[in-house]
Amino acid sequence: MNAQSQLSLSEVVRRFDGPPAVQALGPVNLEIRRGEFFSIVGPSGCGKSTLLDLVAGLARPTSGSVRFEGEELHGQVPDGIGVVFQEDASMPWLSVRQNVGFGLRTSGLPKKEVADRVDHAIRFMGLAQFADHYPAQLSGGMRQRVCIARTLVLRPRLILLDEPFGALDQQTRLLMGDELLRLWRETGASVLLITHALDEAAMLSDRVGVMSARPGRFIDMVETGWPRDRDSRVVSDARFGSLTGRLWSSLRDESLKAMGRVA
Amino acid sequence: MKRRQAALVVRIAVLAALVILLEISCRTGTIDPLTVIPPSDMVAAMIHEIGSGELNASIKATFSTILLAFVLAIGLGVATGALIHRLPRLCDVADPLLASYYSVPTFIFYPLLVALLGLGKAPLVVLGVLSATPAVMIGTLSGLDGVAPVLMKLARVHRLTPARTFCWIVLPAALPHPFTGFKLALSYALIGVIAGEFILSGTGLGYAISFAYQSFDNPTMYGVMLFVLLVAVIANGVLYVWEGRLARRRSRG
Amino acid sequence: MGGATGAPTFTGMSDPSLQSARAGLTARRLRAFDTIVLVLVLLALWHVVSKGTHGVAISPPLQTLIYLFSLLQTSGFWDHAVTTLEAFALAFALSALLGLGLGLFLGGRRFAGEVIEPILAGFYTIPKVTLYPVVLLLFGLGMSAKVFFGVIHGLVPMTLFTLGAVRNLPPVLVRTARALRLSPQRTIRWVLVPACLPDIINGLRISFSLSFLGVLIGEMFSSQRGLGFLLVNGMAQNNVPLSTAVVTVIVVIAIAANTLMLRVGRRFARRGDAAGG
Repeated sequence: MNAQSQLSLSEVVRRFDGPPAVQALGPVNLEIRRGEFFSIVGPSGCGKSTLLDLVAGLARPTSGSVRFEGEELHGQVPDGIGVVFQEDASMPWLSVRQNVGFGLRTSGLPKKEVADRVDHAIRFMGLAQFADHYPAQLSGGMRQRVCIARTLVLRPRLILLDEPFGALDQQTRLLMGDELLRLWRETGASVLLITHALDEAAMLSDRVGVMSARPGRFIDMVETGWPRDRDSRVVSDARFGSLTGRLWSSLRDESLKAMGRVA
Repeated sequence: MKRRQAALVVRIAVLAALVILLEISCRTGTIDPLTVIPPSDMVAAMIHEIGSGELNASIKATFSTILLAFVLAIGLGVATGALIHRLPRLCDVADPLLASYYSVPTFIFYPLLVALLGLGKAPLVVLGVLSATPAVMIGTLSGLDGVAPVLMKLARVHRLTPARTFCWIVLPAALPHPFTGFKLALSYALIGVIAGEFILSGTGLGYAISFAYQSFDNPTMYGVMLFVLLVAVIANGVLYVWEGRLARRRSRG
Repeated sequence: MGGATGAPTFTGMSDPSLQSARAGLTARRLRAFDTIVLVLVLLALWHVVSKGTHGVAISPPLQTLIYLFSLLQTSGFWDHAVTTLEAFALAFALSALLGLGLGLFLGGRRFAGEVIEPILAGFYTIPKVTLYPVVLLLFGLGMSAKVFFGVIHGLVPMTLFTLGAVRNLPPVLVRTARALRLSPQRTIRWVLVPACLPDIINGLRISFSLSFLGVLIGEMFSSQRGLGFLLVNGMAQNNVPLSTAVVTVIVVIAIAANTLMLRVGRRFARRGDAAGG
């Protein structure tokens, strides 16, 4: 295992007993470096979300090991990992401020520190004006920002995002992508992003892993080579087109396979 | 699908077990046979009552009252519901009232109705209508609300007559909400009428139960009780299945 | 609700909250006015019907009010009222607690819930009055019978609502609690209970009305004390103002309690429906 690795998956396999028994994922090998922005793209049903569950410690691999900062995960969520889910996980009975501060309730930090962190996160995600509103009054994009802010206050060292922008329109997605990059740079955390949008992966990441159809395995790893201070305007860079093209050519057959199986 | 069938089987098993438990408790005397008679005797009494024809008048009276109340409630409820729907201000006011309506025990008006209309069918029908109509209103309102405005635009694009708009667009789009209202209406009408007959009446199945109770005629009482309960469960069950079919057809199409 | 894309500074649009608040206030004022008008119309209708029937069944509103005032000053009335209150309080408490426990259990254990729910729903549609003789045979005439009536009416809706609340919990909330490494107790207290609360409050509201109904009918059928008895007795003695007054008291209590619980429920629900619901 590389000393620089923050996250290490080794021969990870995930099987579900069913009926019917299905191998959802693997074998998967992956190393994520500290501070890296890594995206995973793959066809529907390939096990991307299962992978995220395994990395977060929300599930255990059937075989193989998952190590975060050298420690093997045994089915609990380790300290230092933040998760943003695909579905809206904002709590409708709490205000934005209360939602964002929710994760710090168990931290034992003094009230002032909590309030400071919450304020900083709210301002960082552009929610200051809505701090005392409730999620039902906000749009889908804003609610996701609340969830991201909630993760932010925990100062995670690895941020996991499962198709966080799936429900948003294209333009909002591009801007949220910029937000995510800003977040990544400011916190210095590593980011593992799961997305079905090839352009999003190509534009945001240092490295993109392409997954096969179920059971998901990595069939390609693409280094983007973008500078650290990038934003959504890389779409106009010449390399962007060829990156996306390469991702799609790796992915296309797998997607057809997945569709054939589903239909 | 397998899971649903498994649940059904277990459910029947649970109910059967309860009945058997009751039967055994009654037969062995754990439960005083003067209070509760064994289920097998209840069934025998029920069959005897129906078979002997003694119950026919009561059955006719009760069922006709329920049916009348049900039909009136539907007519009244749909009409009022549609009317309210057209007048938005009325809608806003009616909303909280409808929400509070079922918190009032409508039954308390029954003695008033008897004083007003005498001790016959009339107060029972009115009670049934009072109980059932708001459910139909609510169902109609929510059904009409559920007709997406874009469908009305579609009707105009196709230049449909009002009658056709109603039959081809409004009606199919509004279902199954009104149907849920109808199902509840039958349930409430049945409960209202039987309760009324039970407490203060001279005819009907509810009265038959009450009379048997006061005459210390447990077998008859339980027999009629069982009959009423079975009718209620079956009637509601049938409507429930229809409602499910309606809903499923829509979600698939 | 529009999105807030736009300038990269993400300050959002120009204070939408103020605009919608203003619109909400006018709507509320209008609705309050309309409601008062409707109440007056109903009172007028009441008056007309009562006069039209020569006070044989209901006495007119004003007369009822006056009679009620004097009635509320007699200790006899309050004896009856307290009897009803005691029976109801016990019935409601039992329905609520048992219903909550049962609903939580059945909601959590999928299969048990699937098996039992139709049975409960079926029980809901039965005319439970027909079971009263059995209750009386088992419990005799008295408080316990009345409480039991209340419970057989109030238990099932509470259970069904709680069951639904637990079953409809968005799984993402539980995953969020795990991702934040909350202990099971904290997960229940901080996530599950608040998420289920609106439906549980609705269940309490319905259970309240139905337990009340059950106790009242029990009193009308088989008691010598309580508001239900007072009502039937008033009818039997042809004391129309009394029965009308009792009906009024019951209606007011029922509507007041229901409205209160609706408000409480809305406060705990998905806060922020634009016009205040």
